Amino acid sequence: MSLAEPAALPVATSAPPRLDVLKRLTIRFKASLPAYLLLLPSLVFLALFTYGAMGRVFVDALYQRATPKAPLRFVGLDNISAVLTDPAFTGAVVNNLIYAVGTAIPSIALALLFALALARTNAVSSALRAALFLPVLIPMVAASALFMFIFLPNVGLLDYYIGRLLPVLPNWLGDSDVALYAIMVITIWKNAGYYMLFFLAGLQAVPEDVMEAAHLDGAGPYMRLRHIILPELKPTFLFVTVIAILNAVTQVDHVFVMTQGGPSNSTNLVLFYIYQQAVEHYDIGRASAATLLTLAALMGLTALSFRTMANREGGP
Amino acid sequence: MKLFDRLFGDAPLATRGEITPKLGFLLTVLLAVVWLIPFLWMVVATLRPASDGINAMAELMPSLKPTLDNVRDAWEIGDFPRYTINTTIICAGILLVQFVTITLAGFAFARLAFVGKTLIFYLFLMQLMLVPVLLIVPNLSLVAQLGLYDTLTGVMMPFFASAFGTFLMRQAFEAIPTELEDAALIDGASLLQRIRHIYVPLSMPSFSAFAIISVTSHWNDFLWPLMVINSPDKRPLTVGLSVFTKTAEGTQAWGTIAAGTLMVIGPLLVTFLIFQKRFISSFVTSGIK
Repeated sequence: MSLAEPAALPVATSAPPRLDVLKRLTIRFKASLPAYLLLLPSLVFLALFTYGAMGRVFVDALYQRATPKAPLRFVGLDNISAVLTDPAFTGAVVNNLIYAVGTAIPSIALALLFALALARTNAVSSALRAALFLPVLIPMVAASALFMFIFLPNVGLLDYYIGRLLPVLPNWLGDSDVALYAIMVITIWKNAGYYMLFFLAGLQAVPEDVMEAAHLDGAGPYMRLRHIILPELKPTFLFVTVIAILNAVTQVDHVFVMTQGGPSNSTNLVLFYIYQQAVEHYDIGRASAATLLTLAALMGLTALSFRTMANREGGP
Repeated sequence: MKLFDRLFGDAPLATRGEITPKLGFLLTVLLAVVWLIPFLWMVVATLRPASDGINAMAELMPSLKPTLDNVRDAWEIGDFPRYTINTTIICAGILLVQFVTITLAGFAFARLAFVGKTLIFYLFLMQLMLVPVLLIVPNLSLVAQLGLYDTLTGVMMPFFASAFGTFLMRQAFEAIPTELEDAALIDGASLLQRIRHIYVPLSMPSFSAFAIISVTSHWNDFLWPLMVINSPDKRPLTVGLSVFTKTAEGTQAWGTIAAGTLMVIGPLLVTFLIFQKRFISSFVTSGIK
């Protein structure tokens, strides 16, 4: 501290700053009030159905009833361990993993093919894009109604046309070795066109001049795909993969309509297990425990994309 | 080859002779045809008379004696007019409340400075990650506690706030020049008046993009209404169709099932074909709903 500075300064301001901070906070809070009022309606519903629901899952997972009418009893982590040792749940997790990988990879690969083939804007491409996009629009229940006939043994569309080529006709939805794969076909059919849109958007970011330079250097289609297009599409791949995995957990209406998790639990997926526990067995404790485990797994996944999403929405 | 020349006419000269892109295009055309087969079957089977027998049901060649009997049966067996009204009420109700909540919240994020903005931003962002379908169990108990079990309001309520919509509107509002608002401010317009008369009219494209996403996703919702609704006359189209399919499957009435499905997805398909460009650009912005 230099001698030139007046020594009295710190003393003189030692009392007011606190008041000042408080005052400034109230002023800032008052200035923020209109914003809070505007946010209030949204926050009320978010509090009830998102954060409140999260908290409820945590609490409900700790309680259990001996019979549907018995009083609630605190059981700690018993529900979680009961779910984890339930072969139906672990089976559903394994099925869901197979289902996630088996739907994400083919639908993303197809989406990329479609986007690369239809990136040009002309009437033919846009008609083809529309055709591939149609399944995205319709409810999963409607898709299930159509595929129920497609997979129908003997007289169904698949057996009628392709079945003649096979020595033995599988019962597509009735055979526990095949049913899960049949279910996957529907998901791939329904989602490939959706992911195609993101690849089409991503392809527009591939710089024209780099592509031209590659042509001049004599790079073939494969080289251009491998060294220019795919690196450019990396963020799109990440984004679409996250959506595809989320869909594999949440978009399972066809299981409800077509197989009810059967035959012998071969198409039982996690969300269907949760539904069964809650609605068919009235076991809210177990349903909540299973929800909690699923949420934890998905949060781990989405945490990876959290920053990307925050940036996508333009930051706070 | 003439067709190929036309389609690839705008490709750089160096790549016009390449064979791989053409093979990829052919494969895509083939797959697009495969993709349309379920829809084609739906239309053909709807018009096929029952007298053709079950063995001809899979035939993709249209019947020579088309009939509307299946449509009439589906109309009579399933309560489709009632289901359509319920779905319309649900979609419209959700959308109207969402318009209010996302406009207000979007404006706060776009134009106002306030304490805790970052925190609240992340609170909203969390909704994008917590897919609502996963919270069906706790939300069902909440809806029951609020006395809204088996009501259409109960089906709508969890969707009244939308983080996706809020961010979409925020983006739209940020693009509007502040000079316009300043002019209104000088004329003494209040905050809500400024939102109502300046921001909302200038953001119509974003509202319509949001409406497309919101309506298609709630038109297609199945699991949540299945859990909340108990009375048959309150079922939305998806739940109605699943019950109808179960009933008709027992009697092997596949023509009737096809007709019922056509009735459910017909409105969506027609709207899509009319507003194709708008639908596609809206879905690109949606990402995670």
